[in-house]
Amino acid sequence: MAKITYIEHDGVEHAIDVKPGLTVMEGAVKNNVPGIDADCGGACACATCHVYVDEAWRDKTGTPSAMEESMLDFAENVEPNSRLSCQIKVTEALDGLVVRLPESQH
Amino acid sequence: MSQTEAHDLDARVVIIGGGHAGGSAAAFLRQYGHTGKIVLVGDEPLLPYQRPPLSKAWLKGEADAESLQLRPDSWYAEAGVSLRLGATAVSLNRGARTVALASDETVPYDHLILATGARARALPIPGADLAGVLALRTAADAEALKSALGPGKRLAVVGGGYVGLEAAASARALGAEATIIERESRVLARVACDTLSGFFQRYHGERGVVFVLDAGVEAFEGEAGHVTGVRLSDGRVIACDVVLVGVGAVPNDELARDAGLESAGGVVVDLEARTADPRVFAIGDVTHRPLPLYDRHFRLESVPNALEQAKQAAAAITGRAMPPPEIPWFWSDQYDLKLQIAGLPFDADRQLVRGDVAAAKFAVFHLKGDLVQAVEAVNAPPEFMAGKALIGKRTPIDPDKLANPAISMKDVAA
Ligand SMILES: Cc1cc2nc3c(=O)[nH]c(=O)nc-3n(C[C@H](O)[C@H](O)[C@H](O)COP(=O)(O)OP(=O)(O)OC[C@H]3O[C@@H](n4cnc5c(N)ncnc54)[C@H](O)[C@@H]3O)c2cc1C
Ligand code: FES
Repeated sequence: MAKITYIEHDGVEHAIDVKPGLTVMEGAVKNNVPGIDADCGGACACATCHVYVDEAWRDKTGTPSAMEESMLDFAENVEPNSRLSCQIKVTEALDGLVVRLPESQH
Repeated sequence: MSQTEAHDLDARVVIIGGGHAGGSAAAFLRQYGHTGKIVLVGDEPLLPYQRPPLSKAWLKGEADAESLQLRPDSWYAEAGVSLRLGATAVSLNRGARTVALASDETVPYDHLILATGARARALPIPGADLAGVLALRTAADAEALKSALGPGKRLAVVGGGYVGLEAAASARALGAEATIIERESRVLARVACDTLSGFFQRYHGERGVVFVLDAGVEAFEGEAGHVTGVRLSDGRVIACDVVLVGVGAVPNDELARDAGLESAGGVVVDLEARTADPRVFAIGDVTHRPLPLYDRHFRLESVPNALEQAKQAAAAITGRAMPPPEIPWFWSDQYDLKLQIAGLPFDADRQLVRGDVAAAKFAVFHLKGDLVQAVEAVNAPPEFMAGKALIGKRTPIDPDKLANPAISMKDVAA
């Protein structure tokens, strides 16, 4: 298991044990963490699973694919540490990961 | 604090249909602060799940059943949503505000949400009841299809729509042969432009899918009760081990019609997803809805549409401001292709291709004058994302800039 802390825009924290193999998006949706809409269910088609990856974790979460990068390019409120959480696969190495959620996904 | 009756957060909401729209409506109601009872009636034995992967990742074995579920099991109890799964609603009594279930149970409501979706259109031809003649709408359908596919198996798909093309691509990934039989002279004839049809046909063809176009299907032939081939009107027989009938979907609007609510090839609703009865909403694939951007009504079949209308109904019931209107959009995955479509090509007077069709990275823009009406993007997220925004904002663009891929979409849209 990897413990992932999802921090809602208003500061509410959810520390969740997520099974390796799931995505960071699935870890939120399956545990009723609000704030990640994931309209396309992880197909990298909607950009409604946007998160900000804590600085300390940016290397470990890898670099976005060209497809993800170009979706993010046109999403709202994008920062250098923005990612689409359906494109981050959870591994044991992500134990302790912290992601922050944007105010809105739409 | 007093509440008007229409926005009584304690009202009893009954949702009929536990699909993408119905399941999402329950969740949005709770998210928007609804405290009253919510009853979700669904005739499938499963909790609400996502259908898109049934022809894509799930069919190829890349996603498990649990990952399809919209919400985990625990959510329904925690959120206080009463489930009636495997239960069919058979009639509405709008005067008494009750729903009758097949089990003879009568469920009262203050607000009713019809989310009955659509069902796969059947082909009423000889042999349609043979074993191995399948549809693809539900998880059970998908199980049956998956177990019939595998190395060397021959799949015949009747109908070259998205579901058929996706299933063919997944069948190839599983090592099966695939033949697509289409009545029109091109695949995706109803739902995509010529350029896209030609592109997908070529791409599938290069990956071993066989196309039989301009072909009428006369009958399914079988032996010992199992399908062995598809007989065409010109007498040819396409031999196969399994058939997928993918000729579109028909809305499950009978409950509404029998209760005197208007249907126009879909239950007629307004921009709050409300029918003519203020206590009855309809959402998702079953609806015929206004599309203000295009100044007409239409029935859409897509997850984004189901989600938008689920939000509208939940907002109307809880007295919240309506969510911002969505631009209709859709996606499809086939092989390594990501297709994203935004808008509808209504009233367009010209098509413009940006990018390289041969390199499988391009977008077709449908323009009405200098306004973007729709965009069909293959492996081209910037074109999709920027195009979708342009459709919503109604900002005029310079077609020459748009046609020039050296000018970024940000600059085109600026
Ligand atoms: C194979 C496949 C692939 C797809 N791919 C995509 C895609 O890539 N992108 C996209 O945007 N969309 C896709 N779609 C479309 C998308 O799944 C639908 O638009 C969406 O499911 C609509 O949701 P809904 O709740 O309106 O209807 P449904 O999901 O069909 O749910 C309706 C539910 O109501 C039940 N029901 C009906 N009548 C009754 C009754 N009287 N009593 C009780 N229950 C009843 C039905 O059995 C069903 O469970 C796909 C669909 C299929 C089948
Ligand atoms: S869930 Fe749609 S892009 Fe991540």
